[in-house]
Amino acid sequence: MNTRGLRSQLKDSVPVTGLCPQAGPYGVQDSLRRGFSSVKNELLPSHPLELSEKNFQLNQDKMNFNTLRNIQGLHAPLKLQMEYRAARQIQRLPFLPSSNLALDTLRGTDDTIGFEDILNDPVLSEVMGDPHIMTEYKLGVL
Amino acid sequence: SRASRKRECRIMATVSVCQYHRGGFSFENCKRNALLEADINKLGFSSPAARKTGTTICGVVYKDGVVLGADTRATEGMVVADKNCSKIHYISPNVYCCGAGTAADTEMTTQIISSNLELHSLSTGRLPRVATANRMLKQMLFRYQGYIGAALVLGGVDCTGPHLYSIYPHGSTDKLPYVTMGSGSLAAMAVFEDRYRPNMEEEEAKRLVRDAIAAGIFNDLGSGSNIDLCVITKGKVDYLRPHDVANKKGVRTGNYRYKHGTTGVLAKTVTPLNLEVVEENVQTMDTS
Repeated sequence: MNTRGLRSQLKDSVPVTGLCPQAGPYGVQDSLRRGFSSVKNELLPSHPLELSEKNFQLNQDKMNFNTLRNIQGLHAPLKLQMEYRAARQIQRLPFLPSSNLALDTLRGTDDTIGFEDILNDPVLSEVMGDPHIMTEYKLGVL
Repeated sequence: SRASRKRECRIMATVSVCQYHRGGFSFENCKRNALLEADINKLGFSSPAARKTGTTICGVVYKDGVVLGADTRATEGMVVADKNCSKIHYISPNVYCCGAGTAADTEMTTQIISSNLELHSLSTGRLPRVATANRMLKQMLFRYQGYIGAALVLGGVDCTGPHLYSIYPHGSTDKLPYVTMGSGSLAAMAVFEDRYRPNMEEEEAKRLVRDAIAAGIFNDLGSGSNIDLCVITKGKVDYLRPHDVANKKGVRTGNYRYKHGTTGVLAKTVTPLNLEVVEENVQTMDTS
């Protein structure tokens, strides 16, 4: 449940990342790995909620960190963000779904249920990436 | 060479799974759906409508607690999809919620909030409050900007007393002593505005809610069938389903079947058909 107030956050407005897919190593769309791109897909969202949903967790985290900074000082979000960074590194092999339990516990979402736990659960995904390719991609050997 | 081309195909195949696969709503098919909708409309047909509960739901706070009422019709466009659906959903032992709008949305939203409230109450060690459920519902509905079509009447009794909230699909809420929602809400509200008074007795409150839902059933096409009631007091919940069968299905008075012997038999010939077995094939069922 969201317990942080919003009024103090108005001046720290969060820039919303757009729909543009990440550039490859040479600065342009990596067609081989991410498929073809089209200008319309990048500029217009297919649904009004698409952008806000893509960045929802990110915005929640930023808002919480800002509130924490205002209440307790700069050290609090810094220490927490270091813990987040450490927890984010606890993953299984690239092609297997990770539980992210430590990250969930830090965020407080380990005792909440939302649509992200019911719909499209990555654990129940029908497709899996090729293990060799994905590991090589992760290690940068590809 | 052949091996490198095969490798390229495998790289392309992992395109979609190189990124982190997140759960939740997926908007992949939205553009495709928009194109399909445009094509179908050009041909003159219309796409199937989601099942709604064109509804009358209402709630009232009385002396000892809260009475929630709902009709039981679910519609799919202009057709009744469910003649006896249950619109009063369980949220926690002391909090119940009536849902109007898209049936799937109200079902899933109330179930998610019920689970969250259970986890929250296990974490705090206390009986959950109605205000908590209200806050959770309001924040979820606002996050989805009204695309989740769930209009709810939330009522319950907690340690601070009886409370009643109405929650709109975009996330706004009202805390009032009597509320109505749904397509029959105006008919029900008319009954409330006429006969409501503070601190009613239980029988009077049940009669008032029953009459309000009946007004919605008889004057609104989207509401019908029976009246469900839920009386919540401190420590006790009475889920009366159905409280009142306002629309009983009629019994047929006549029968079009003709009796044996209506048509006189003049002559009778019996010709046996001689069939010979050509081939017999036995297939055993796999019951392992």
